[in-house]
Amino acid sequence: MKDSMAGSSPPLNERINMATLTIRDALNQALREEILRDENVFVMGEEVAEYDGAYKVTRGLWKEFGDKRVVDTPITELGFAAVGVGAAMAGLRPVIEFMTWNFSILASDQIINHASAMRYMSGGQFTVPIVFRGPNGSAYQVSSQHSHALEAMYANFPGLKVVMPSTAADAKGLLKSSIRDDNPVIFLEQERMYGLKGEVPEDEDFTIPLGVADVKREGKDCTIVARSMTVPLALQAAELIQKDFDVSVEVIDPRTIKPLDVDTIVNSVKKTNRLVIAEESHAFASVGAEISYQVLENAFDYLDAPIKRISTAEAPMPYAKNLEAASLPSVEKIVAAVKEVCYL
Amino acid sequence: MPKAATRQKTEPKAAKDAKNGKSGPLDDIIKKHQSADFVDVELAKKEYLKRRSSQLESIKRTDKKLLRSMLYQMVLGRRFEEKCAEVYRMGKIGGFCHLYIGQEAIAVGSMLATDEKDMVITSYRDHVQAMVKGIRPEAVMAELYGKEGGCVKGKGGSMHMFSKEFEFYGGHGIVGGQIGVATGMAYAAKYRNSGQLVLCFFGEAAVNQGIFHESLNMAQLWELPCIYICENNQYGMGTSQDRAMSTRNIAKKADAFEMANEFVDGMDVMAVREATLRAIDRARKKSLPTLLEVRAYRYMGHSMSDPGNYRTREEIVKYQERDPIVLFKDSLKEAKVFGDKDFEKIEQEAMAAVDAAVRFAEESPLPNESELLTDVYA
Repeated sequence: MKDSMAGSSPPLNERINMATLTIRDALNQALREEILRDENVFVMGEEVAEYDGAYKVTRGLWKEFGDKRVVDTPITELGFAAVGVGAAMAGLRPVIEFMTWNFSILASDQIINHASAMRYMSGGQFTVPIVFRGPNGSAYQVSSQHSHALEAMYANFPGLKVVMPSTAADAKGLLKSSIRDDNPVIFLEQERMYGLKGEVPEDEDFTIPLGVADVKREGKDCTIVARSMTVPLALQAAELIQKDFDVSVEVIDPRTIKPLDVDTIVNSVKKTNRLVIAEESHAFASVGAEISYQVLENAFDYLDAPIKRISTAEAPMPYAKNLEAASLPSVEKIVAAVKEVCYL
Repeated sequence: MPKAATRQKTEPKAAKDAKNGKSGPLDDIIKKHQSADFVDVELAKKEYLKRRSSQLESIKRTDKKLLRSMLYQMVLGRRFEEKCAEVYRMGKIGGFCHLYIGQEAIAVGSMLATDEKDMVITSYRDHVQAMVKGIRPEAVMAELYGKEGGCVKGKGGSMHMFSKEFEFYGGHGIVGGQIGVATGMAYAAKYRNSGQLVLCFFGEAAVNQGIFHESLNMAQLWELPCIYICENNQYGMGTSQDRAMSTRNIAKKADAFEMANEFVDGMDVMAVREATLRAIDRARKKSLPTLLEVRAYRYMGHSMSDPGNYRTREEIVKYQERDPIVLFKDSLKEAKVFGDKDFEKIEQEAMAAVDAAVRFAEESPLPNESELLTDVYA
């Protein structure tokens, strides 16, 4: 599944020079460019420096920029998250890597109680311009303590922004925007997607604004809202449905979970009258649940079928390959859901 | 590593007199200020005489204007917190309200040894630190009242005083959380070569949190200019240190990180000052952190909602006999720096400041409801 998942090319201006990059290298470029651009930007986390990053997102940065800008930490997630928060309050722009977001739960006191609330409880005096980033969700048979998807949890707290790219261009443009943002940003990558390739503008000022969804595939009969790993799955499902049933599916990637571009989603549903939500996340109180509510509130009269959600099974992630596959969203599950809402 | 100011080698004359069985006014003073930290009366006398002698020596070395400022801030802190208790009982202050009474020597002794540019961060017991750092008592009291004129516009309350202008990085409500944030502030100071250092206050109960150990490890590993000040008031909410910690010796926990550390008598403002000055020297010259364990005693309950049923009146009175303000005044008098008239004037000034703070808080309007959704995002 690693590299075979089809990435999509976002609609981009053809005059811009493009490079074909993996998501991993697109993230690396974003980090490198922002370190060069702003002397207050530094990258900190476990194995980010000498080891080149557990998933090689920071490859080469330590050799190029040295100890000051690329900092290996002890295995002390709460501690180095706190160092990031304090450093951000005192004027720096830290990019804190979690080897996986599962480990961020140890640091959630600093992210939630401190980073998210700091600006508000200081009456607007202290901002926390920090990016927490790393792989979120499942990987390859890494089981129950390394597969959590935490976007719903973090998106629940005012003060945080939550970003989930699904293409190389989005990864680069959104990471650069996140680093330049004055708020704490939760930047969620996906280990299975690091090797996906896509075209990325070479312009160093290329950014993608936070809070703007992207229509990854235009269609008129049914909307799929997908994010992160489910975007390439939804695109494959859309192609299959088109081929087999001549039904045109629109795929929308919010790209930013918070703030959520509700308008783009609602406008699409008003056009297609049907909605499937595909998410790699447990269903209960998920981001998909929020999207459903937003659509019900804003486009209730336009719906021709109940909203259908494809989510991760309501169990901790199993190890066995077949059980893991059964737990996760898949092209087949998304196809079945689209057929259901389209009464095919 | 320098020894604590309480452990000087030279024996004062008064101590020799005491040993030789000579009695006099000294006995009364000893009785009055008898150390509560030491059960053995003879040992208590010795400790007391050493400490008192060092306080006098330290006073002689210190600028008179600064001494006055120290005493004023201690008295202001005491009177301000007493007023807080009073208006809290009247329902003027909501939520939690943790008072600093008995611990004034720690904030004043350490913070007035630093420069204005230095950064300070503390726990939820933050009113006095906020004022010593420069926030006006009016803005602190108005914050307690939840008024627009509060230092964070009524959004934080008792536990969350902040001032960017005065480099006051807040009162924080999660036990120990600010220790990690302080470490990051010191990281930024070193990164930017700003010449600042960080004073980080926390209670002894925070030492049992993981963040304490994670932070001290990184601070020593990366040689950060952070002074960790453990305000050991001997109770973590209602649980005594002896019931919560396997060792009494907090300062020595820093040895595990090969970090400089000292035990300091928190009832002695000059001892706190001297120990902080040594830590400042270490931070500024070598960019090294220090852990100070400063032992004091919290006269009041953990918060205003705590009746304190877990300790006896006798215990509290025992500590009040060594009250930091009384000790400091006695020494200032003995050193002939100030007399009763000066003390009276300082009291009046402090009371006037507290009264003005209450008036301001009473008159300040409630925050506009449109403020509810501002300051969430930058």
